[in-house]
Amino acid sequence: MFQIVRKQEMAKGTIIRFDISAPKIAAKIKAGQFVILRVNETGERIPLTVADKDEFSGIITIIFQVVGKTTALLRSLKDGDTIKDVVGPLGKPAEVQKLGTVIMVGGGTGIAILHSIAKAFKEAGNFVIGIIGAKEKELLIMESEMKAICDELVITTDDGSYGQIGFVTQPLQKYLEERHDIKMVYAIGPIIMMKNVCNLTKKFDIPTMVSLNPVMIDGTGMCGGCRVKVDNKVQFCCVDGPDFDGHKVDFDELEKRNSLYLKDEKISLLFSIK
Amino acid sequence: MADQEVKYLKFKTYLNAYCPYCHQSFNVEKKEVKQLNFKAVYKGQEITVSLSPYLDVFEIETSVPINEGEVLDDLICPHCNKSLINKEMVCGECGNTVAQVIISALSRLIPFFICLKRGCEWHGLTKADERRIKLKIPRQDMPEQDKTMRIHNHLEVPYGYTSELASLEAGRCLQCKTPGCVDGCPVNVDIPSFIKLMRENDYDGAAKKIKEKNVLPAICGRVCPQENQCEAKCVLGFKDKPVAIGKLERFVADYERKMDLVRIPVIKNKINKRIAVVGSGPGGLTVAADMAQLGYSVTVFEASHELGGVLTYGIPEFRLPKSIVQFEISYLKELGVRFELNHVIGNILTIDELLEHFDAVYIGVGAGLPLFMGIEGESLGNVFSSNEYLTRMNLMKAYKFPEYDTPMPRGNKVVVIGGGNVAMDSARTAIRTGSTEVTVIYRRSPNELPARLEEVHHAEEEGVRFRLLTSPVRYIGTDYNMVKSVECIRMELGEPDASGRRRPVAIENSNFIIECDLAIVAIGTGPNPIIFRTAPNLKRNKWGYIDVDPETNETSIPNVYAGGDIVTGSATVIQAMGAGRIAANAMHKKLKGN
Repeated sequence: MFQIVRKQEMAKGTIIRFDISAPKIAAKIKAGQFVILRVNETGERIPLTVADKDEFSGIITIIFQVVGKTTALLRSLKDGDTIKDVVGPLGKPAEVQKLGTVIMVGGGTGIAILHSIAKAFKEAGNFVIGIIGAKEKELLIMESEMKAICDELVITTDDGSYGQIGFVTQPLQKYLEERHDIKMVYAIGPIIMMKNVCNLTKKFDIPTMVSLNPVMIDGTGMCGGCRVKVDNKVQFCCVDGPDFDGHKVDFDELEKRNSLYLKDEKISLLFSIK
Repeated sequence: MADQEVKYLKFKTYLNAYCPYCHQSFNVEKKEVKQLNFKAVYKGQEITVSLSPYLDVFEIETSVPINEGEVLDDLICPHCNKSLINKEMVCGECGNTVAQVIISALSRLIPFFICLKRGCEWHGLTKADERRIKLKIPRQDMPEQDKTMRIHNHLEVPYGYTSELASLEAGRCLQCKTPGCVDGCPVNVDIPSFIKLMRENDYDGAAKKIKEKNVLPAICGRVCPQENQCEAKCVLGFKDKPVAIGKLERFVADYERKMDLVRIPVIKNKINKRIAVVGSGPGGLTVAADMAQLGYSVTVFEASHELGGVLTYGIPEFRLPKSIVQFEISYLKELGVRFELNHVIGNILTIDELLEHFDAVYIGVGAGLPLFMGIEGESLGNVFSSNEYLTRMNLMKAYKFPEYDTPMPRGNKVVVIGGGNVAMDSARTAIRTGSTEVTVIYRRSPNELPARLEEVHHAEEEGVRFRLLTSPVRYIGTDYNMVKSVECIRMELGEPDASGRRRPVAIENSNFIIECDLAIVAIGTGPNPIIFRTAPNLKRNKWGYIDVDPETNETSIPNVYAGGDIVTGSATVIQAMGAGRIAANAMHKKLKGN
């Protein structure tokens, strides 16, 4: 049993932040790694990336968007409630090294994951440029946290209600054209965003890492449900990832695989309403 | 006499008994119930007596109640009304008068004596004759769920022996002086001794006898491939079918559990040393139990949220009920073994860190990384690895979806690629989810099917089709990226390869298409890389499995032991337990010395 120490609703309640007491995981987890949790006995296992951690008080922070039954159930939990199982850390940590200037691109809930990686890159001594985007102002999360980390931060919204109007790719393109010292781009967000970022950076031939979020069950390489095609080879996201070279990932296939369970999700939600 | 002998041989019951005077049979068969019927005189009154036609089971039914120890006056043939009493003989045990009948055993006629005292089991046979009769008792089958009923539920298929069937089957054992079955068992269970206790109706004692060597008898009795292990070495198997050792093991373990006779042994000598076990599968549980019984304090780390490893996520409910797995594990808990769930060793703790806190470590993580064929279309929707399919169904209980949240993979027409036990489990699970057509595709011929014969037989009964000498070439998807059909190619067997099996060779231009909306790939597993990332000094062989000293199962890191699938590649539950036993013994020897 893992206790929820603090719950915070963000982005009109569509994105939830939990601080969970999990001292062993907090002591070990590195940027880019994730946990799998199961809310209760009948629950499914869902992978969630850890946005932050505090080794001293043994707390990990998870941020997730409410999309299906399990995340809706998680939202209904309050401070002091417990989660049955939290497994972690899982996956490979992000390879953090001193490169010079790096750009961190985040969209939607992806900013949560990006935050921990950006923090690690900053601590390694890089010059970190952040570009974060959301649909509208209310849906933008972790702006202040990113501001504290990034040397430069650009914000975009699709409708222009805050920061620049448009997608994250526009300021990214501007940076890539203007600055020639960019060593690496990290892109985390919706699949379509990562795909567009990768298409862009490919033109400028800049190494790009992405963090993938396929359907997973066990998260330890046992089921193969999270297989993604990278460089035309089958890789398991949970043990070989979740971070991959964005130029080699087959995003189309990932998008198709991720939409396989929409119908079942509906059945599951209807059942729980009954 | 010659033509009469032919007449006797026509009968087929367990003991065919005949009147020595009129040569007519006493055997009566009424709806599954087999009896020998006699007339008898008791206290001057004529009554009827029925005996069971088995050598060791003398259940008597009489028309008038007779108490234990009372003696019949006479036993009479119901056909010719002659007294069967043999005045030249007396009972070798109690000295009472005996009746004589003739029985046929292996085409021989031998005299058989029935003591007239109720409860006396003396029969006056020589050892050789007794053996002959035993060879006549056929191997008993377990009653099981009807095949048309069971495909609609996930309940266990065989019900297990009744006590009558169990004592019949136990009666078949010849109690060899140098038993082959014990050598055939990877953990060397004293099989003749436990069967002997069963014959004395001491089922509890028999269960305790098995538990001396095997802590998971209810599980092994169900899932061990006994036909390749203990039963393969049974002497009866040369002429007839071997003793059903696995079914007997299952019977006594179930008896002990259901009658609440499980007792936790008191551990007298505690040893102040700590053992870490990585993985709570069958191997890990064996090490944990052995070391706990020796007095060590043991902690088991399990990556999943449920204990049992492959017993929980892999083997389906209808073959091994999860309540039994949990019960066997609760025995270990009471022995004092600590279990830590949700611990992925390699990530949350490394092997080096474990060695700081523990005196020895056992790695029994299994080989859980599913293999794919790498053919076109494997990433389509509804193409699953058998691991994913079975994990969803068993561990996550998807068959109870939507009560449980994990969606159940469903298909009307299902193909399963592979011919092992996992393939059979997947196919039989699919049948139970309401699929109309389940086809197993295997590239070799029926003789090479690696699955247990019993499983293949069960699968066939349940309506699973077999497409043998066939191999998939690619999967074809719909516009919505779900699998629609699988293109296959026919194979023929060529020259034997390194494993001694004939290598399948594709027949050119023999491609054909099987329609399916769910495909399960069950072609095997490989080693999981997680534990090796943080233990680079752990020596591995060319297939990526851990290299160990076969005498002790110790790895290249001192005090770190390994066994089971992570050493040998995919194998059986009991082999993992055997490896665990070797490691536990070696660990104890080494730690005791220090």
